[in-house]
Amino acid sequence: MGHKTFDRGIHPAYYKELTAAKKVEQAALPKTVIIPLQQHAGAACAPLVKKGDAVQEGQKIADVQAFVSAPIHSSINGKVKDIELASHPGGTRVMSIVIEGDGTTREWKAEGSADLNAITPDMLREIIREAGIVGMGGAAFPTSVKLAPPKGKAIDTILLNGCECEPFLTADHRIMLEEPEKVVWGLKALMKATGAANGIIGIEENKPDAIEALKKAIGGGNIKLVILEAKYPQGAEKMLIKAGLGRKVPPGKLPLDVGVVVNNVGTAAAIYDAVVYKKPLIERIVTISGNGVREPRNLRVRIGTSFEEVLNQCGGLNGTGETEVLNGGPMMGIAQSTLAVPVIKGTSGITVISAASIKSNNYDPCIKCASCVSACPMGLMPYRLGDYGKAAMTADFKAWDALSCIECGCCSYVCPAKRPLLQWIRLGKYRLRKEAQKAAAK
Amino acid sequence: MSGSLIISAVSMGGLGAALALFLAYADKKFTIEEDPRIEAIMGALPNTNCGGCGYPGCRMLAEALMKGDAPPTACVAGGSDTANKLAGVLGVEAGSVKRTIAVVLCKGGHAEAERRATYKGELSCTASNLTGGDKGCTYGCLGYGECVEACKFDAMSMNDNGLPVVFYDKCVGCGACAKACPRDIIEMHPEDHKLFVYCKSKDKGAQAKKVCSVSCIACSLCVKDCSVPGGIAVKDNLATVNYAVAPQNDESTKRCPTKCIAYGIEGQNTKASFKASSKRAG
Repeated sequence: MGHKTFDRGIHPAYYKELTAAKKVEQAALPKTVIIPLQQHAGAACAPLVKKGDAVQEGQKIADVQAFVSAPIHSSINGKVKDIELASHPGGTRVMSIVIEGDGTTREWKAEGSADLNAITPDMLREIIREAGIVGMGGAAFPTSVKLAPPKGKAIDTILLNGCECEPFLTADHRIMLEEPEKVVWGLKALMKATGAANGIIGIEENKPDAIEALKKAIGGGNIKLVILEAKYPQGAEKMLIKAGLGRKVPPGKLPLDVGVVVNNVGTAAAIYDAVVYKKPLIERIVTISGNGVREPRNLRVRIGTSFEEVLNQCGGLNGTGETEVLNGGPMMGIAQSTLAVPVIKGTSGITVISAASIKSNNYDPCIKCASCVSACPMGLMPYRLGDYGKAAMTADFKAWDALSCIECGCCSYVCPAKRPLLQWIRLGKYRLRKEAQKAAAK
Repeated sequence: MSGSLIISAVSMGGLGAALALFLAYADKKFTIEEDPRIEAIMGALPNTNCGGCGYPGCRMLAEALMKGDAPPTACVAGGSDTANKLAGVLGVEAGSVKRTIAVVLCKGGHAEAERRATYKGELSCTASNLTGGDKGCTYGCLGYGECVEACKFDAMSMNDNGLPVVFYDKCVGCGACAKACPRDIIEMHPEDHKLFVYCKSKDKGAQAKKVCSVSCIACSLCVKDCSVPGGIAVKDNLATVNYAVAPQNDESTKRCPTKCIAYGIEGQNTKASFKASSKRAG
């Protein structure tokens, strides 16, 4: 207690003990990988290879000219088997490059210099873009775009996000514990790329071992470690800025507008690999946890490995019946309808909930208790937004500021009537997008 | 006694008469001039406000009809009867109205389509579609009945196989169901279209067949059997009828391995026949 935090929010059960003490292990080399052309926020990539082409681990296989985008690289040595529509953990099906591996791997050696004085900010941004680095926390926003602020906007602080407030997940925790030097180096690189004078790492109090490790790695200088209260959604960009810096991002604005760029600790570590090892983003740490999987683990998984293959390395599913498999954690994760979906750049975890723990989808009428209002970190009225979203009242939905919703799910979590408020809000947002598309088509 | 009776009768009567005169004057003085035809047009329209014409409601359409912005055939729900009545009121030629009917182009119900997961969220098609749906086929009917909810003419119902059925005797062709469907499975067709491909899957044949036993597998047999070249074409792994040229008969349907192309099965369902055949209808 007594640590810095934001207003409202919730304290869910974290279940981090399942994997927090488990070292990150290398997952087995997959025989086949399915690499979707859309793994980031922004424009989808176009393939640079065709069916039958031989590809090398780390080779760029897809890219696009759009500003908000990130190229995609092959995660294994092998041959392009097909380019086809395949299931994507986001729920839809997208064009994906299927690569059949030849069983060999490439060894990545330290080729580049770790001396930041030898690299210019432009070079850094170019390396980050070419390595296909996106936000590793889950939203997968291309990192190079964040580092190129529009003219007239200065960045004074880089805020590294080590909160990992989502229950079950421990991927960021393990990175901070096992590779704190990489994280701190990545933060310095981000500061160099943007010209920011200050660096802050925000971390929740419930990771004392990682706090110690980071303290040692930081040493001194202009980087500060800020210890925050363990509360959900502490790791949401706007909440983190409020807690760590005391600045409030106005509705509809970006962290940039208050001089801050927020990056995940995993992203910082990936930048180190990209600069020093010249290794693009072809694998990431994934926490596989939950009571529906036999042996919860933290694994370093190659992008494109199917959920099924990953789960099999964790002893497989626990028990029978309808198991719920989520891409991400239980608060913001998306339930999957097939295990054929691949791990993508934004997959921070796979949470498996056993049949016995799945609640029914029955809900009761709203009793206007306002629990959701007291929980909403954005200060919205979720009960209203939910109704508007469900009833397709898009004008009211927008007027009550639905677009400020960060989809953290606090409202659904606290609702005593078990109303699926977040799902209705997502439905409303989808309808708004559709309407906008229709208007644009006219 | 009788004096007070008379006084009250006269005063009340006088008050009533004075107010009546005032109201009569106000009615004349503040009357809103309205084209008398509006009333007549409204009388000829169905007044269901279905929105099928593209106007927000019948009143708006009536105003557009009077200004000449809309043809007498604009009311899709009313059909040719309404068009004739409207033409009479407006004093123009009715023109010919082709009745349009909603056609559900998916036959993959519970029995035919693979279900790869159990969906546990909000029971609506759009919400379920956001998660990719629970069926193996990502093009087929989701089965939560948003089209049935959208129908204001009691012309649709979900059958025991989890698919929507259009009642031929009730459908007015307003198109509300087609707009409600998040996967665009329902199409509006003129009554004389009888040949349909009952599938929307753009999956390759093997994949389509794996997840649904009545899917189009793009084998092109119907294309070959069609007597008019270009009548049917396979586009994106899906057979597509070109209604401008395709002959409306069953020649192209006979060799279809999955029976997803069919002739003349629309128009068989009426509300009565559905009630008789369905366990669910009550």
